Amino acid sequence: MDGYGTSTRKSLLIGVGTVALTLAYVWAVGAADEGGGGYGLGRMATDEEIRAWNIDVSPTGEGLPPGQGTAKQGAQVFAAKCAMCHGPTGKEGPKDRLVGGQGTLTTGKPIKTIGSYWPYATTLYDFINRAMPFNAPGSLNPDEIYSVIAWLLFQNGIVKEDAVIDARTLPQVQMPNRNGFIPDPRPDVPGK
Amino acid sequence: MGEGLLNMSRRRFLVHSASMMALGAATLALPKAHAEEPKAPEDPMRVPGALPRPYGERSPFIKSSRVGGAGPGAPHGWGANAPNNFNSWTPLQDLHGIVTPSALHFERHHNGVPLIDPSRHRLLIHGLVKRPMIFTVDDLERLPASSRLAFLECSGNSHDLWLHVNPDFTVQDTHGLTSTSEWTGVKLSTLLEAVGVQRGASWMLAEGSDAAGMDRSVPLTHEVLEEAMICYGQNGEALRPEQGFPLRLLIPGYEGNINIKWLRRLKFGTAPFMTREETSKYTDLMPDGKAYQFSLVMEAKSVITSPSGQQQIQPGFQEIRGLAWSGRGRVTKAEVSVDGGRTWQLARLQEPVLPKCHTRFLWPWRWNGQETILQSRCTDETGYVQPTRQELVKVRGNNSVFHYNAIQSWRVDRDGRIWNIYA
Repeated sequence: MDGYGTSTRKSLLIGVGTVALTLAYVWAVGAADEGGGGYGLGRMATDEEIRAWNIDVSPTGEGLPPGQGTAKQGAQVFAAKCAMCHGPTGKEGPKDRLVGGQGTLTTGKPIKTIGSYWPYATTLYDFINRAMPFNAPGSLNPDEIYSVIAWLLFQNGIVKEDAVIDARTLPQVQMPNRNGFIPDPRPDVPGK
Repeated sequence: MGEGLLNMSRRRFLVHSASMMALGAATLALPKAHAEEPKAPEDPMRVPGALPRPYGERSPFIKSSRVGGAGPGAPHGWGANAPNNFNSWTPLQDLHGIVTPSALHFERHHNGVPLIDPSRHRLLIHGLVKRPMIFTVDDLERLPASSRLAFLECSGNSHDLWLHVNPDFTVQDTHGLTSTSEWTGVKLSTLLEAVGVQRGASWMLAEGSDAAGMDRSVPLTHEVLEEAMICYGQNGEALRPEQGFPLRLLIPGYEGNINIKWLRRLKFGTAPFMTREETSKYTDLMPDGKAYQFSLVMEAKSVITSPSGQQQIQPGFQEIRGLAWSGRGRVTKAEVSVDGGRTWQLARLQEPVLPKCHTRFLWPWRWNGQETILQSRCTDETGYVQPTRQELVKVRGNNSVFHYNAIQSWRVDRDGRIWNIYA
């Protein structure tokens, strides 16, 4: 599961420059009438379009925007935007518990939180940016997202309170359960 | 049994009515027809019937409905919980054959069903491709079309049964997060030819345009490249909004969540993107604290849908009916036990028997009025046999949440009432 490439940046290079784009477009449309899978349907995406839609963040940090935040700033964001569902300290709910739970995965009542279960810190950016807060997804700016991530990592004992979380530091955060996952070994249960 | 079923639906109907009244005008989900019993003429041969209508409705006498729920541990129903319901379960006990009516297809969404104008919807394909491209829904509908029947099952189907057995549960409650449709769309391979996927691309991120921006990484296995589709059709018409209108990904045999609905983007890369759903959610925690990841195939499973939980049977002839399915291919065998698994009878498989599709099985039974336990188990074309609960739990423990596919047991009591049990 390691070895994340820089696929998007490479592929973006292909499309850079109007000339290259135009040539590629002409080539694609031209190919359409010559078989080879081309049906003359669909059109080339522009760099600008790709940039606007390309919101995912990979474990390498690819996709992380400029901006930064600390736990101190994040406490305010969390109180204002997140605590209503996740509780004042991220432990109370009523929705997903985000803090604590370390050491519970082998017990009868495992508590799967960011600190006890999530293998990659970058997932926090990908998810919060696209899906949170629940009642206004996509409304937090990068500084707010980095801040609230810093606060959540601090609450889970993963980073220090003054740690600055940004595009460079977030992919370097070592999550406690980073090695807690194994590839699907099924079929693993012998039937009759 | 007919009477028992009628009582069941009447009870559900009363529950619905009560919750409608409680919520007042805020609840618009149920049609007004539910509020009153239809009045049929004494003799339908003496009164001219109704005229054609633009979009058909079922008989007002048929009340079969999905049941809603919020997720693990939360009660099922449409009452006060309704605002938290992001699941709905298919009433398998009421269905015939193998196709699930689109209006009764189970639902799982993560921040509601988006309302999407198809004329403004686009699919972007980019990443490790030679030609990043944008397709309109119209573009996709014009490309060579493909249709197939396939089941979709939420990997959380039957999740309650990992931890406890609720005796009052119906088969809708225990197994209702699976449905079968005929899906129509463009093969993924057709689009990959158009964009020219580059060497080294081994994973594909699929992303939806709902408020959750649902995203999952798909391994580009031979099977996925052969079978995955971008669908716009379901059971002969456009996808239902709950099923991803106007576009959804379909990977036959794979867990429901990865069949991204409201699909807006496919991005090719060399490694999984490690999204929230494939790390913190749809992973299977084992007793040693490790979790299976990318456990995508839905393994073979079967269940008796009739008679099933909370139904009432009478002594005498009782055809046992059920569904079997496997994400690895065709069901080759379904067996029924009417003595709690001591002996097994070969059930008849109703044609068509299709790969990665619900298969209907039937076995004629005569209930002698004695208490007993009904079970079914299936075998698929790989030779995989559906395990007992003991066999499953022995390997995976009780905290897996996902991919529960053990043999289901229904207890028939002396009064002919059916109960959900472990056996």
